[in-house]
Amino acid sequence: MATYASIKYDMDLSSNATGTGGMTLLSTQTASSSATVDFTSSIDSTYKEYLFKCFNLHPATDEVSLQFQVDTGTNTSYNQTMTTTAFQSAHAEADNDTSLEYRTGLDLAQSTSFHSLSNVIGNGNDECISGTLSLFDPSNTTFVKHFTGQFSGYGSGNYNYNSFSAGYVNTTTAITRVRFKFSSGNTDAGTIKMYGVS
Amino acid sequence: MATYQDSRYNIALPSGSGGALVLIKTLTASSSGTLSFVNGSSDVVLDNTYRTYIFKFINIHPSSDGNRFLFQGSINTGSAYGVNITSTFFKAFHNEGDSSTGVSYDANNDLAQSTNFQQLNLDADLGADNDQGLSGELRLFNPSSTTFVKHFMGTNNFSHSGDFTIQCFMAGYFNTTSAIDAIQFKMNSNNIDSGTIKLYGIA
Repeated sequence: MATYASIKYDMDLSSNATGTGGMTLLSTQTASSSATVDFTSSIDSTYKEYLFKCFNLHPATDEVSLQFQVDTGTNTSYNQTMTTTAFQSAHAEADNDTSLEYRTGLDLAQSTSFHSLSNVIGNGNDECISGTLSLFDPSNTTFVKHFTGQFSGYGSGNYNYNSFSAGYVNTTTAITRVRFKFSSGNTDAGTIKMYGVS
Repeated sequence: MATYQDSRYNIALPSGSGGALVLIKTLTASSSGTLSFVNGSSDVVLDNTYRTYIFKFINIHPSSDGNRFLFQGSINTGSAYGVNITSTFFKAFHNEGDSSTGVSYDANNDLAQSTNFQQLNLDADLGADNDQGLSGELRLFNPSSTTFVKHFMGTNNFSHSGDFTIQCFMAGYFNTTSAIDAIQFKMNSNNIDSGTIKLYGIA
């Protein structure tokens, strides 16, 4: 007899083809004059990829970058060693400046600092940043932890920045926590949703 | 009356499980020469069921330094992998020693009407240290179309054997109007020591 699951996906369900994958919303954090936005639970071996979707993050301070760091166990230092890349395309609203360039000021080399996911964002009422960050297999205790991200930001000076980031957390300890913040000042408003991709 | 499509997709999903990604198949490498996703074989769906397919790579680990991770398509359910591809490739890189950075097009890794396998990582070493690997994704659009070429886009991040982090971006098209019904992944030499590839359809 056809099972609910087989009717649902029209395929045989084996251990290799579960047919039940997808994005599972694990947590939603809404910033409200928040110094940091932290995800401190549900990051474990359940999923091989954790996807953070950031919506309209609005800084309280002008000319600040959106940043992230991670930590292990129940630690709260958020200072894991990372090596990262950062590049961006930029275009001024005045249409007088465009560029595609690597950003040495945003990347990290074996650093425990926060990684900047964007160029500087404005704090005008309608200015903000949105985008995604994928963290792969954070619970793995054999490999470093790779991540990739892309964000579109409304830059101070009335630019659009399309910012690309990637790199690895250079540890074989399981990552259990992720923190987002701006390089200075609070996150005035905005939402970050964390999904598990099964 | 509920249609087949309705009963298949338009159903109330359990709370918290909503999403457009449907996991089709997971392959796990273990000293594997190739990993192939063939429509109609081993529960794989790669046809007109979905318009977009996503392959997710989790910690692809080569058996030795000096390897490149590759893919090609097939129009005959895997009898042969060698469809003409025209593609672009660029990358961003940064070494742990902080002495080398950049973003640049890489002509060594693109293809121009070639039946070679497309590289997913840079024409340089994918590191084989125990903690090194590659993670990312590849999207394949409308592979069953018999009118259009088949576009793909991918990005990944990998650990270079010289202790670089390198993010690669590739895009292009299979220059055929035949349906692509299989995709194969492999290293340019030696085996895929370990790692996971998941195939999803976007419903």
